[in-house]
Amino acid sequence: MSGIARRPPTVLVSGTASDSHTWNLVFLQLLIEELGYHVVNLGPCVPDELLVEECRRLGPAVVVISSVNGHGHQDGRRVAARLRACAELAATPLVIGGKLGTSGLDDTERARALLAAGFDAVFEDSAGAVLDFRHFVQSIPARGPAELAPA
Amino acid sequence: MTSGLRPVRHAVAAHPVDFGEFVRGAAGLVVQPRMGFGSQEHMRAGLAATKRAEATTAGTITLDSYTRVGDLAAAERALRTGAELNGYPIVTHDRTSTRRMLAGIRDDGFPVQVRHGSATPRDIVSALVAMRINATEGGPASYCLPYGRTPLADSVRNWGEAAARFAGLRDVGVEPHLETFGGCMLGQLCPPSQLVAISVLEALFFHRHGLRSISVSYAQQTNPDQDREAVLALRRLCSELLPLDNWHVVIYAYMGAYPVTDHGAYRLLGKAAELAVTTGSERLIVKTVAESHRIPTIEENVAALEHAAAVARRTVPTGSARWVDDSQTYCEAFALVDAVLNLDSDIGRALLRAFGRGFLDIPYCVHPDNAGRTRSYLDDDGRLRWAEVGSLPLGRLVRGGRSRHITSAGLLADLSYVRRTFDAERTTPSAWGRPPLGCG
Repeated sequence: MSGIARRPPTVLVSGTASDSHTWNLVFLQLLIEELGYHVVNLGPCVPDELLVEECRRLGPAVVVISSVNGHGHQDGRRVAARLRACAELAATPLVIGGKLGTSGLDDTERARALLAAGFDAVFEDSAGAVLDFRHFVQSIPARGPAELAPA
Repeated sequence: MTSGLRPVRHAVAAHPVDFGEFVRGAAGLVVQPRMGFGSQEHMRAGLAATKRAEATTAGTITLDSYTRVGDLAAAERALRTGAELNGYPIVTHDRTSTRRMLAGIRDDGFPVQVRHGSATPRDIVSALVAMRINATEGGPASYCLPYGRTPLADSVRNWGEAAARFAGLRDVGVEPHLETFGGCMLGQLCPPSQLVAISVLEALFFHRHGLRSISVSYAQQTNPDQDREAVLALRRLCSELLPLDNWHVVIYAYMGAYPVTDHGAYRLLGKAAELAVTTGSERLIVKTVAESHRIPTIEENVAALEHAAAVARRTVPTGSARWVDDSQTYCEAFALVDAVLNLDSDIGRALLRAFGRGFLDIPYCVHPDNAGRTRSYLDDDGRLRWAEVGSLPLGRLVRGGRSRHITSAGLLADLSYVRRTFDAERTTPSAWGRPPLGCG
């Protein structure tokens, strides 16, 4: 990051209210820092109110939510609605990834529901997910949030 | 050494055996599962199977995550609707039926410990006291920082009150036993010296709040020689600093990403049993072949208990006198404990100030009350090293290890090192020493 005069934009990384896993969040923090961003990592078990509050306070370039406890698709839809309800966050790039469900719904249906709830991209745990996510983050400064297409 | 050696069995509802005394008096290594089920029938069956296992065992009741976070309404709703719980809701089940669940199972030859992970343990400890269940686990730092967002100051206060309340069992002639979870911080990638230091500090905290039967934990890490050094350092610090005899060491089988193959899982568990025996540790918490992908069944738990006990029986204790040496791990752990104890005469306040200043600082722990300025990595031998010591008072002890850049790819490789190593080889990985006779 040395040599860059301006302060790098902030990416906010967060777990969901019901998920106490940490290593996924630590990995994402390092990965996103390597892409040249400043990261604020809210850690595990983040209540919806706190996530909304921190997003409004920081105005991040991207919001990254990670969940691996299988409740990610419920927790994600709920919190996306709350974030999108704030005028200043209506256009903020918002993504979710990890192990988002246990069984039942297939990945495509789950992703569709999450996109409908307000996410710009969904990265289900798979071989290419990290690469796809990296490409997504790298593309952020190049295009406006309105043009962001689902992965 | 097997179940044949259990002493007199009789009803113990009023005066259960001291968990610490049982473990210290057992002929061999005591092995214990991490088992918890929502229903009383299932929980009783799990305890009964643990008791019958061909091993010297202690029973475990692991609580569900609703009870852990204090959401008793959710636990009650789950019981009412028959929804599945990931542990036993001990506060919510009525006490008469919990007593019935334990009747004829818990006795002087089979004590039972309750394990949870709560930073707000008041209701749990009250339930234990009411039912004379006299063994549990906890810690102001270890049950707080790795999970959730309870402020450390609240956890220190909660655990001080809970420990004192639990210690009150002595007023009715029951000896309460408390285990520190401090040797397991985050499960992986915390250099052993800090695990040892936190385990000792939490034991001192419990002693200060009235406990007189204590165990200190240490979780198997990534290099067996370093682990042995750490456990011997833990034993030495406890004998130097804990003003009581009734303490013992409990080893946890590896808590990070577990091997996915049966051969890898069993071999790693065997290495944990060897670590316990060769360091004179008295108890072992096992892991199962199912650990990497789901909650294990009762049968898988019993198989793990019996495998660990069998490895322990054929492992030769090497004697623990070697701890007179000043190892690197001992020197670092001593420096951490000494610096923390000098911050305040009250151990709870000392812990708070230590985390505030970064005298204790768990690598990669993102809790708001952890300074977050330390980093760690695995060297070529799998030893855990400091990459950044932050403000830890280790400046003169950690040479050349400062400022190593940790990448996301490096972190992933370190997190999966044990899984990769043990899954890959059909024989025990060379860095982990020769397998004992008869093992693979």
